[in-house]
Amino acid sequence: MLITCPYCGPRDVIEFTYQGDGNRERPEPASQNFEAWNAYVYDRLNPAGDHNEIWQHSGGCRSHLRVVRNTLTHEISSVAFARGDHGPRRKMEGKS
Amino acid sequence: MSPRRIETGNRIDRLKTIRFTFDGAAYTGHAGDTLASALLANGVTLFGRSFKYHRPRGLLSAGVEEPNALVTVLRGDVREPNIAATMVEIHDGLVAISQNRFPSLSWDINAVNQLGGKILSAGFYYKTFMGPVIGPFKGTRFWMFCEHFIRRAAGLGRAGSAADPARYERMNAFCDVLVVGSGPAGLMAAKAAADQGARVILAELDPRFGGSANWSDETIDGLPSADWARRAVKQLEGHDNVRLLPRTTVWGYYDNNTLAALERVSDHKENPGKGEPLHRYWAIRAGSVVLATGAFERPLVFPGNDRPGVMLAHAAERYANEFGVLPGDKVALFTNNDSAYRSALALKKAGAQIVAIADVRPELSGDVRKLAEETEAEILTGHAVIATEGGRALTGLKLQRFDMANGGLTGDARSIHADCLLMSGGWSPTIHLASQAGARAEWSPARQAFLPPQPTQKWIGAGAFTGSFSTAEAIAEGRAAGLAAAGGSSTPTALPSVEAAPGDPDPAPVFEIRAKGKSFVDFQHDVTAEDVRLAHREGFVSVEHLKRYTTLGMATDQGKSSNVPGLSIMAEALGKPIPEVGTTRFRPPFAPVSIGSLAAERFGDLKPERLTPMHDWHVDNGATMYSAGLWYRPMIYGLSGETIEQAYVREARATRETAGIVDVSTLGKIAIQGPDAAEFLDRVYTNMFSTLAVGKARYGLMLREDGFAFDDGTTWRLGEQDFLMTTTTANAGKVMQHLEYFLDVIWPELKVHVTSVTDQWAGAAIGGPKARQILAASVTGTAVDNVTLPFMGIVRGEISGVPVMICRLSFSGEMAFEVYCGAGYGTHVWETLVAAGKPFGLVTYGLEALGTMRIEKGHVTGAEIDGRTTARDLHLDWMLSKKKPFIGSAMMDREGLVSSDRLELVGLMALDNRPLNGGAHIVEELDEANPHGSIGHITACCYSPALGKHIALALVKGGKARHGTRAHVSDPLRNRFGPVEIVSNHFYDPDGSRMHG
Repeated sequence: MLITCPYCGPRDVIEFTYQGDGNRERPEPASQNFEAWNAYVYDRLNPAGDHNEIWQHSGGCRSHLRVVRNTLTHEISSVAFARGDHGPRRKMEGKS
Repeated sequence: MSPRRIETGNRIDRLKTIRFTFDGAAYTGHAGDTLASALLANGVTLFGRSFKYHRPRGLLSAGVEEPNALVTVLRGDVREPNIAATMVEIHDGLVAISQNRFPSLSWDINAVNQLGGKILSAGFYYKTFMGPVIGPFKGTRFWMFCEHFIRRAAGLGRAGSAADPARYERMNAFCDVLVVGSGPAGLMAAKAAADQGARVILAELDPRFGGSANWSDETIDGLPSADWARRAVKQLEGHDNVRLLPRTTVWGYYDNNTLAALERVSDHKENPGKGEPLHRYWAIRAGSVVLATGAFERPLVFPGNDRPGVMLAHAAERYANEFGVLPGDKVALFTNNDSAYRSALALKKAGAQIVAIADVRPELSGDVRKLAEETEAEILTGHAVIATEGGRALTGLKLQRFDMANGGLTGDARSIHADCLLMSGGWSPTIHLASQAGARAEWSPARQAFLPPQPTQKWIGAGAFTGSFSTAEAIAEGRAAGLAAAGGSSTPTALPSVEAAPGDPDPAPVFEIRAKGKSFVDFQHDVTAEDVRLAHREGFVSVEHLKRYTTLGMATDQGKSSNVPGLSIMAEALGKPIPEVGTTRFRPPFAPVSIGSLAAERFGDLKPERLTPMHDWHVDNGATMYSAGLWYRPMIYGLSGETIEQAYVREARATRETAGIVDVSTLGKIAIQGPDAAEFLDRVYTNMFSTLAVGKARYGLMLREDGFAFDDGTTWRLGEQDFLMTTTTANAGKVMQHLEYFLDVIWPELKVHVTSVTDQWAGAAIGGPKARQILAASVTGTAVDNVTLPFMGIVRGEISGVPVMICRLSFSGEMAFEVYCGAGYGTHVWETLVAAGKPFGLVTYGLEALGTMRIEKGHVTGAEIDGRTTARDLHLDWMLSKKKPFIGSAMMDREGLVSSDRLELVGLMALDNRPLNGGAHIVEELDEANPHGSIGHITACCYSPALGKHIALALVKGGKARHGTRAHVSDPLRNRFGPVEIVSNHFYDPDGSRMHG
């Protein structure tokens, strides 16, 4: 699997660390909404298809990337810096 | 001259004679021979014994699909088992032996298994060795007892146990176009892509490029096809942008057009060249792939179809035309299609007598009948072979009239003498790589074969792979595929012309002749047609279950020749058409791969070793080093004759009585800088850091998002916007990633930069009643008294000319100081401190003494912050700020994390004065015979010199409430039982008067 880092170019997946589901929405730090916190920490979509993920280029520039990866084919349809991107821009449709 | 060697054979070099041995007997062959062709030329017909019945077996094929002729190649003490003799190139000194026979290949004791053939059917072992319902061999135990003997009798070659001294290599390659297979289609594709300027890799599993052009009697561009192929390869060699990889099997097709290949670099050499690996693993990333992998000829299923001397029609043609070996003098042919007539004619031209041609079809086309007549054979249309005769070699066969419409056999059986029977059940495209790439194969009723489907990755098929079995089609499709793969457009130049024998590519839909006797479907696993039907009768209807129950297609050849015949028999039993029965998906590897090549250079311990700046000093001064993660740290500095326990007790006691120094360079160190650094730390730590004064340090605790404890350490405020965070040694990397994630993804608005500086600083902790005096004697530029350097204060100064940063903090519980300097000066500063401490009785201490003193103080480390404990469990709830949210604050108060029966940190004292063990359970009531009722476990233990007792830290249910009560350790594995007292984890100096001074 190759991930095209916007800084470093196409690199092998062994240079990257998976940093979790990109659909998680972190509540405001002071939020007392326990349901929202619970969803953020534990709820995952697990789609068979496109999945919104955060990867860190840990063996390279160390930036975090928002990657859309097809869980069936490993095809990567988009890679962008995750920085400044508060939560997902679009929620992936997934079969639950 | 060898008995079967003939004048033809374009691959062998008759001027070079090669000497080798097979089963101890000496043979000769020629350069270019495979072990199979060389032995065949010497008149050898018996190559192996079959898997289950130990039937004699000869060569079925001439290539990678060979199921029968498996041998073990010996290289010194190294055994390489289960290699197809058709793939072994002979070289001087080659030693090969046959397999699965005892005591010898020609006289095998287990051949009696053939007599029990009715009993040894599919599932025999599972059914028979189920074992009784009761008794010592109850259930699977009986199977486990018998398995040892069964495995010896049924099986393949033995793996060796000697270490393999050969070198293996891994290569990463990138190309625009990877062409797999170098028959006419592959050669045309490579040329077309190369002419477009694309970077091309052409991989061929044989030693020679050319594929079918090497053995077909065809003419291409006015040249014999083998010469045409030679010319095409020469042209490719002239291209700088083409890499030719012979002896290279592309065996895996993975995502992103990544393919795996095995190059057998020096298997064929007596002595590999200097630095040459035995095998080379290629990881190839291809822009696009041209699959020109050809097709496999299929056997027909009839009684005795496994007798040595019965082989695939094209294989015999290959042996004659390519290797100059005639597989028999009196040759018969049994076919369901036209292609085999060319093979019969080739053998005729090579000097064999074609005695009979049996074709299941009632009629032949005019073209094919003409070919048949050229062979001067008796032509028996509407006939089938119903039996073969002979022992270790074929002597004859029986034929009967056959009705294709109903499979019925009529009339009298006829016997014919023959020493070689060619069979052809049509062709199956080699679609393995396309199937691996994720596409489901499609059944073609015309070709009676699975054809490659629409690509799901970037590949283009060409030639026989697509079901286009003629050379003219292969040439046209190959060029088109090469052009398309390179992104070029079609050229108007003419394609090379082909002169080839005529023939219809579609076979008759006949795979099996049902007559009395064993008809083999999977030769390598000894699966017969009857086994497939038995599986059906026993209720196995799915093709996946059929495969697993009969083991059809599960041998090392992965069913290359048996897949379609097996499916057709299953389909007939089910009364369904083949496409409804479906096929199993091919998985990597296409052909067996050496484990050595997968490991390549990556064997042994490849983890980097992390050494502190003072490492050499420790080693030179008697330290026993201990590996902690990637780091090496001194465990003890033992004096001669001291045990480990004596050493650490001495070091810890001396530290508490005078002073000790320990290397703490391994602690994770992260520089946290920027205008929002303090705010960031407030969010990351459970306690407040924005209130920390410059020049002071504070102990901090981090939680994970789910509210569990994550890591702890001290963070020093070096300036208004400049902090130095320390982490535990083990978590340094994790904490760094945690911080980076939050700064990059969650809080990009914070102006903070984090930098790992673990390797930039050397650190030494010096503690004990005399520590301050020692420091005062070595430091210049600052005072170190209680006012200048209070508890948790930081000062800067110099030690022996080297700038240092000193923080007064304590892990040991004594008055202690951490001295940091640039890593390059670590040893210099360390030596200065050690020398200054000598008059005061300073000792160096290692991890054991460090651990002992931390247990005495009740400090937590990774053993207690194990991912399942909360701040409250560890009595660190005083660090949970109520004034601000922090990572984990929202989740840490969940019901389950605050209940009163959670495991809490406590101290234990052994009441029987015996050592305690890490991991031992704690119970209320001791029952040695039936240990149960654990209320917790020990996380760390030691002998405490300060208390004169064996003590431990433990996580115990409702821990604090149990202080002062008695319990027991229960450790049945190490047979350690005994009473303990549960106490506070702060064993020693609980009010901290020693460290505050």
